[in-house]
Amino acid sequence: MMLEVEGLSSHYGRIPALSGIDLRVGEGELVALVGANGAGKTTLLRALSGVQPVSSGRVRFEGADITAIAADKRVRLGIVQVPEGRQVFTPLSVEDNLRLGAYLRSKAEAAQGMERVYAMFPVLKQKRREPAGALSGGQQQMLAMGRGLMALPRLLLLDEPSMGLAPKLVEEIFACVRALKSAKTTIFLVDQNARAALAVADRAYVLETGRIVLSGSGAELLQNEQVQEAYLGL
Amino acid sequence: MLARPMLQRLASPRTGGLLALAAVIALLPLALRNSYFYDVAILVGLNAIVCIGLNLLIGYAGQISLGHAGFFGLGAYGSAILASRYGWPPTAALLATTLAVAVLAFIVGRPILRLRGHYLAMATLGLGIIIFMIITTEDKFTGGPDGISVVPFRIGGFVLQGEHIWYWVVGALLLVAVWLALNLIESPAGRALRALHSSEVGAEVVGINAAEHKLMVFVISAVYASVAGSLAAHYSGFVTPGKVAFLHSIELVTMVVFGGLASTFGAVVGAAVLTTLPQLLATFEDYEMMVFGAVMIGTMIFLPRGVVPSLARLFKSRRSAAADGNAEKT
Repeated sequence: MMLEVEGLSSHYGRIPALSGIDLRVGEGELVALVGANGAGKTTLLRALSGVQPVSSGRVRFEGADITAIAADKRVRLGIVQVPEGRQVFTPLSVEDNLRLGAYLRSKAEAAQGMERVYAMFPVLKQKRREPAGALSGGQQQMLAMGRGLMALPRLLLLDEPSMGLAPKLVEEIFACVRALKSAKTTIFLVDQNARAALAVADRAYVLETGRIVLSGSGAELLQNEQVQEAYLGL
Repeated sequence: MLARPMLQRLASPRTGGLLALAAVIALLPLALRNSYFYDVAILVGLNAIVCIGLNLLIGYAGQISLGHAGFFGLGAYGSAILASRYGWPPTAALLATTLAVAVLAFIVGRPILRLRGHYLAMATLGLGIIIFMIITTEDKFTGGPDGISVVPFRIGGFVLQGEHIWYWVVGALLLVAVWLALNLIESPAGRALRALHSSEVGAEVVGINAAEHKLMVFVISAVYASVAGSLAAHYSGFVTPGKVAFLHSIELVTMVVFGGLASTFGAVVGAAVLTTLPQLLATFEDYEMMVFGAVMIGTMIFLPRGVVPSLARLFKSRRSAAADGNAEKT
């Protein structure tokens, strides 16, 4: 298993946000996490990338316990998050944003990564000298994903990549997710668009008020009545 | 055609700006009619050095400090006490003081920089006030409110004395200060700082250790202030707690904001304008501070990003408008 989470809990002050989360992500898998607003999806991703403190439980990455190590060390190990709301560096140029993605990587790795990202998102190459703030929402999402890829992720944590985008762009972003998957990138995906997320996922978990309530293959969950009722609006 | 890359380099802030600044420093003495003018120019230079450091912290890393007069004061008093009371060679006193201030900033910065926004402002304000209190009360070392006199700066047998020599020394150091700051900003660490300023979450997820970078730039800005303080002490031959006081911290922040955040040359311009303006306005006598205030308010309304970035933007948009006009004609 690439990522193993056991009994993970996290609190905001005294309020529990996650309690006793167990999940695993295998190498090359695309695992989705679906759930309503406030279920704790983002908190879980932040706990995995080391930005959110954990109150109990354990996180193992490729066999090593990483529960207590700092965010930047996790990036070095290859756990890379593409945060919710994109969080691109708006005053910096597109190219500088990408360069910063490879902050912990060598120059050669950065150059290679840049070519790969430009091949995947040609529009970023066109706009490479423009400030990231001048990009549209969809392009900023591509930039955020590109910046994540620059860090050479072994495990890519995608937080709400389709949030706030027009339907056509949502499709485009999910096409990118599929492309990354076929390129053997391991992905842990969180999205409010449960239908699209479950459709691309090998396996998925359903999170409700900080607990995992269901899990199964993406196809299984798409057929599950509870899921259909609660998240797919059927 | 061959000249194009060279022209482009000349127009870049690093090369072109530095050359322009060097030219101003070299030609300015033509306009400096007497030692009073030189004195003001030296004050501008010393303030500019502090502001360049402070701008790295405020403008680039996005962290406020209302206590930088404290670091300036520590530099001034450190040099004064070591060189004048204990007879250290001024160079050694300056180096030892700078090192001590860097260590202090490192130790104090770690807990303080965990705070954000108003809380960080409060904490740095508190730091500045503590330094001020210590300097005014420990009169055995510092001379208390009366201040302390400082021996002239000497390197070997050469004594730095008189406004003319100090003008060139401060001018050269100002160029070095600008050059170092520009290099820092263009380095990967500088890019990381700007990233941090624009999105701390974004910076964390690409593996930038935010706490470490903030601390680094805090220490650098404290060192800039301390070195300027040491030199100011030797230059004027006398230090009083006034330079350590809260008001001086505010003046420094004002210079940085006035000149333009995240613009190294803005920090220099801000220091130059706000240091000379009170001298120019002396003719208004009783109304001096009123006119000063009006100039500040007017500038911030009409040039909201500060003098240098706002004017640069205006110039750029004019030029691209002119270029568009030309394109239409052809």
